[in-house]
Amino acid sequence: MNTKTFAAFVGPSIFLMLLFIAAPLVSVFMQSFYVTQPIFEQVEVETCTPGFPTQTCVTETKIQPVLGEDGKVVTDVKYVGLESYYNVLEPDRAWAALKVFDFDALLTIDFWKALRFTLTFTLVTLPLVIGVGLAIAITVNNATRMIRGPIIFVSLLPFIITPVIGALSIRWLFIGDGIMTAFLEWWLNQDIAMFAQGWTIELLMMFYRVWHVAPFAFLVFYAGLQTVNQDTLESAVIDGASRWERLRYVIIPHLMPLIVFVSLIHLMDSYRVFEEIVGFSSQAYRISLQWLTYDLLTPDDSGNRSISRASASAMLTMIGIVVLLIPLLRKTWRDHKGGRV
Amino acid sequence: MSLPKSMQQPMALQLTSVGFLAFWCLIAAFPIFWIAVMSFKDPIDAFASNPLSVIFGPETVATGRGLSIVSIVVGIAFLWYTVHLALTLLPKMVNKYTPPHLLVPGWIIGALVFAIGFLIVFAGILPPVLSAVNSILGPLGKPILGLTTEHYRAVWVENAFYENFINSMIVTVGVVTVSLTVGTLAGYGLARAGSAGSFIAFWILIIALVFRALPHSVLVAGYLPPFINSAEILSPILGDAAPTLYGKPWAVIAVLVSINQPFTIWMLRSFFQNIPNELDEAARVDGCTHFQAFRWVIMPVMWPGVITTGLFSFLLAYNDYLVCSLLLDAQNQTMVPAIAGYFNRETTTTDQVEAVAAAVSIIAPLFLLIMVFQRQIVSGLTAGAVKG
Repeated sequence: MNTKTFAAFVGPSIFLMLLFIAAPLVSVFMQSFYVTQPIFEQVEVETCTPGFPTQTCVTETKIQPVLGEDGKVVTDVKYVGLESYYNVLEPDRAWAALKVFDFDALLTIDFWKALRFTLTFTLVTLPLVIGVGLAIAITVNNATRMIRGPIIFVSLLPFIITPVIGALSIRWLFIGDGIMTAFLEWWLNQDIAMFAQGWTIELLMMFYRVWHVAPFAFLVFYAGLQTVNQDTLESAVIDGASRWERLRYVIIPHLMPLIVFVSLIHLMDSYRVFEEIVGFSSQAYRISLQWLTYDLLTPDDSGNRSISRASASAMLTMIGIVVLLIPLLRKTWRDHKGGRV
Repeated sequence: MSLPKSMQQPMALQLTSVGFLAFWCLIAAFPIFWIAVMSFKDPIDAFASNPLSVIFGPETVATGRGLSIVSIVVGIAFLWYTVHLALTLLPKMVNKYTPPHLLVPGWIIGALVFAIGFLIVFAGILPPVLSAVNSILGPLGKPILGLTTEHYRAVWVENAFYENFINSMIVTVGVVTVSLTVGTLAGYGLARAGSAGSFIAFWILIIALVFRALPHSVLVAGYLPPFINSAEILSPILGDAAPTLYGKPWAVIAVLVSINQPFTIWMLRSFFQNIPNELDEAARVDGCTHFQAFRWVIMPVMWPGVITTGLFSFLLAYNDYLVCSLLLDAQNQTMVPAIAGYFNRETTTTDQVEAVAAAVSIIAPLFLLIMVFQRQIVSGLTAGAVKG
């Protein structure tokens, strides 16, 4: 295939990716150093009200935005350097809080609060997803062939349905005096309000995430179990390995690459946790890094979007991604050099 | 399959594993099943703390809306018959009336006709007939299972949810078509480009990995300012015709296609690599150009890969909340962000049940999708992993 045909085949795709992936990333980087603000001017306004014997006139100075010829507010783009990053990170307050080990004060700053939640969320759900996925895969693999299809169908449901709606469906079980809350109250014999404090919402969010991702882990592990070498298993039996030992020394090592794969995918996905915040409306208690950027991009009450701060927080999130991906990228690079890809 | 005795499981282990599987299936399906039940009940029943009153809906029955035993029996029989027809008559009719090279569109049209027919009979003809029968039957015709479709009517008719549905359809159909068109070309080009292809493919894999991890809000932060000001930015080139990209569904289509592009290319490339090279070489020997070889030799055999990749594009576009909610305005909103409007304003319990009904309406198509394409979804999910 000559270069021209190759370019004709690949060209449209490359063009799209350059325009909509590369260009925005560059523009986010630039935006984070600039602030767009409306220009304000000071004017003296005389307001008069009818009165007796003469009008009562009040002169006051007002600060108002300058309007251009088209009636729109004139804005001005200013280079601010790292100020937006400074506004997101608030290093002074964070450092002051850290010096006295006052973590509550640190967590009043949005960015650190979001970082804390994102990391806890990622690290707690990871072992649960792997464990539950593995358990389902092994039991399904031992089950009779006939029920496997239906079980895969049911398991796909939490994974495929819209994440926001999955989160909502769990929220509706617990909201107010919903049946699950009623059940917990009856079981623990105490009054429970799941949405009145942060940690219960956090628990529900983690539960949702495990419910949502475990099917994926299950399917990947299940596919891996089909390729376990039966001869090795049989020789393990002959050598007197118990069921547990076979699992520990034959099956788990065989599945190890898949466990690494699922962990990586899960790390990347839970690093950008977002839909849970929307579904559980947890923004008053718990926010994530991606939600922070989203919130800054949403127009506030006066209709302004803090683009510059959002870009700064987006760039900070990117740094996290790079740190997260370096080991993975290095491995892929080595494989590529070794000629596997 | 008979296992050697030493490999067979002891009874206790079997029971535990069956119990565990049953428990998992219960957890997996319960929330979804439950919101489906809730959406058909009066608010008092839907949010009752006693599960039995949610299922049977005494308040809903008390207001005279519900199903009698006769209706339930007839309904189940009808549903069973429909499934039976879908499995026997539908494939026969499709195979009979469509020429072999148009099988995919034939199936789509067949399924649509079947679904519309089902809806007409099930929602249009059956209810009035059954209510007439019930009024004659006396005690047997008394409603026992509360059921009302008023929330669905409120959502779809009064709150004009169909507008969001149409927007969702525009976005998803657009994303799937564009993404597959661009992606198959690129995937095919890369799979057949030899060493240069494998070099570029490696970098695309890297980009795909980075994009798997990149929060979409990072990209949207880059899109928003140019999109809002695009009329000014583009006016030197396009003059007065310069559009404001913000709020335009096709702008969102372009964004979602690009976000998904590295993944699409990667998947399609591995599918094309499995199609033997000799096939298009033979076509080239017979005098085809590369494009003709692609159109007439590769396209007929590439459908399994394209369908699997298309499914994932569809899911991305259909389930997206973040990009659509930030880049579309209220008039052009798709279904998933629109539902946020329902549960955020939940002032009355009726609003909440309407939100539930809207949620169930959104996931119902996905339910069908899993039923039809279970095999493709599973193979797509595991393909990347098992190959490494």
